[in-house]
Amino acid sequence: MSDLTHLTISQARAMLRTKEITATEITEAYLQAIERANPALNAYVVVTDDKARDMAKASDAKLAKGEGGSLEGIPLGIKDLFGTEGIHTQACSHVLDGFRPHYESTVTANLWADGAVMLGKLNMDEFAMGSSNETSYYGPVVNPWRRSRLDTVVMPTTHQGDGGFVSAGGTRTARTLDNAQLVPGGSSGGSASAVSALLCAGATATDTGGSIRQPAAFTGTVGIKPTYGRCSRWGIVAFASSLDQAGPIARDVRDAAILLKSMASVDPKDTTSVDRPVPDYEAAIGKPIKGMKIGIPREYRVDGMPEEIEALWQKGIAWLKDAGAEIVDISLPHTKYALPAYYIVAPAEASSNLARYDGVRYGLRVPGKDIVDMYEKTRAAGFGREVKRRIMIGTYVLSAGYYDAYYLQAQKVRNLIKRDFENAFSAGVDVILTPATPSAAFGIADEDMAADPVKMYLNDIFTVTVNMAGLPGIAVPAGLDAKGLPLGLQLIGRPFDEETLFQTAHVIEQAAGTFQPEKWW
Amino acid sequence: MSVDVKTVKRVARLARIAVSEEDAERMTGELNAILGFVEQLNEVDVSGVEPMTSVIPMEMKKRPDVVTDGSKAADIVANAPATEENFFLVPKVVE
Repeated sequence: MSDLTHLTISQARAMLRTKEITATEITEAYLQAIERANPALNAYVVVTDDKARDMAKASDAKLAKGEGGSLEGIPLGIKDLFGTEGIHTQACSHVLDGFRPHYESTVTANLWADGAVMLGKLNMDEFAMGSSNETSYYGPVVNPWRRSRLDTVVMPTTHQGDGGFVSAGGTRTARTLDNAQLVPGGSSGGSASAVSALLCAGATATDTGGSIRQPAAFTGTVGIKPTYGRCSRWGIVAFASSLDQAGPIARDVRDAAILLKSMASVDPKDTTSVDRPVPDYEAAIGKPIKGMKIGIPREYRVDGMPEEIEALWQKGIAWLKDAGAEIVDISLPHTKYALPAYYIVAPAEASSNLARYDGVRYGLRVPGKDIVDMYEKTRAAGFGREVKRRIMIGTYVLSAGYYDAYYLQAQKVRNLIKRDFENAFSAGVDVILTPATPSAAFGIADEDMAADPVKMYLNDIFTVTVNMAGLPGIAVPAGLDAKGLPLGLQLIGRPFDEETLFQTAHVIEQAAGTFQPEKWW
Repeated sequence: MSVDVKTVKRVARLARIAVSEEDAERMTGELNAILGFVEQLNEVDVSGVEPMTSVIPMEMKKRPDVVTDGSKAADIVANAPATEENFFLVPKVVE
């Protein structure tokens, strides 16, 4: 039997239904792959072997009877931000030390109801705050992709026995992998790394400013952040409630569509869950995009952007044009203000949401001389540097005398950002094409990023506008840079028009192909 | 606008995060870098623009005012660091 971890969700689904493979076999294949790879990649913080085997067994019983849901027997990884009943849920923070919820998040409950198998909890930036997965209490995640260089190798002239094999020498080119460890992006770095390294068939992730799309772009995987309100936020550890959305990271566009269909729902437990039926996203794949209007926003051409990113963007434009789409130049004039507005709105909401970690109801408690001392010591010991930084910014911008100057101003600018998109869509644009990130994956412990928090924040420059406007956005791999690292393109759609994103992303995928890292772990 | 070490300590107090002298000094630099970055929002003309209240326009959901959940005190305290008979235990707050 060939390695079952190489099957996409759609392939595995077909083979499980025809009983060519069993859920137990595919689950065991993933558990073995994780055991081998996780010491090198650190993608999982907890592996739920026993639960995975039990769930696979239950799936096999259903499949044997010709029953089962849309994801029956498909092994998935779950970002540590999702509440999973009785299982480690810490948002990769020390402050939630030992927390095991007595409830299940709506998104994961939907996946289990459709028959998916849980392999474990995936590493992430602490409380989803980060763009490199280096702020996790459990240490950084390693990107399965490494830089490589093209060498010219001189082939030796060899003779093998009398009249045997003869190589005439000459030269050929070979790729040599560099040893430097790269980040997988963040905050859903564990999800992206695990999907890219074939340590799960697909993964859940969340996106507040780019946390699904940026790691997807850094690992050659597909990630979609749906419209705000499409997936329930119930049971997901909150970061910035007006921006947070769950979505999948998958190996290809079809798998992402299959996963989102299951994750999305209308949920009375989340008052921002939108009351409209979930369409069959997979049905949109393969539909022609002839006549579709693709907007190219001029403001996404930023200073200092590498030429390779520009070239990739042009390639994307050409592919869509070849498929019959009409390319139109558009302007989103407030684009440059999205990131600064985000760094007021998101920390403000975070400072409020994270007030609950006080050492009283759950998680870590550090004793103090009185209750306030206990709060302060617990929070000082429990939160990492980036989380503290954001709580401090949020507390400052919401404090008396500064609210109007910062928070109110940012929320007004946010409306202007949203209006830019509305103007483009009302002028007939169906979907907007941009680069997903301003660079390829960078090194772990990059000195420039560590020295200046704003440099790290700039990673989200192309993705954060989408969260500010509540729109759906998908990152799809589109090629490799000169060092052999994956680069992604982003498509942005109208509210609740994820179908057009899948349809268009599939066209890019058909032209670009899919990308797998060379295995070194 | 920029902050000094004294302001950083006051904000840390409001956020209930203990900071050492060294932390406060480091944070002052970092916070000023971020505040410097967000400063550019002041150049945007927002006259006549309402602040955003909801990113997706929707009517607020209402539900009947009835009890739908409860009677799970043991579940609620299950993860607490210190409890007694389904109460959270904290250091003494009144003399």
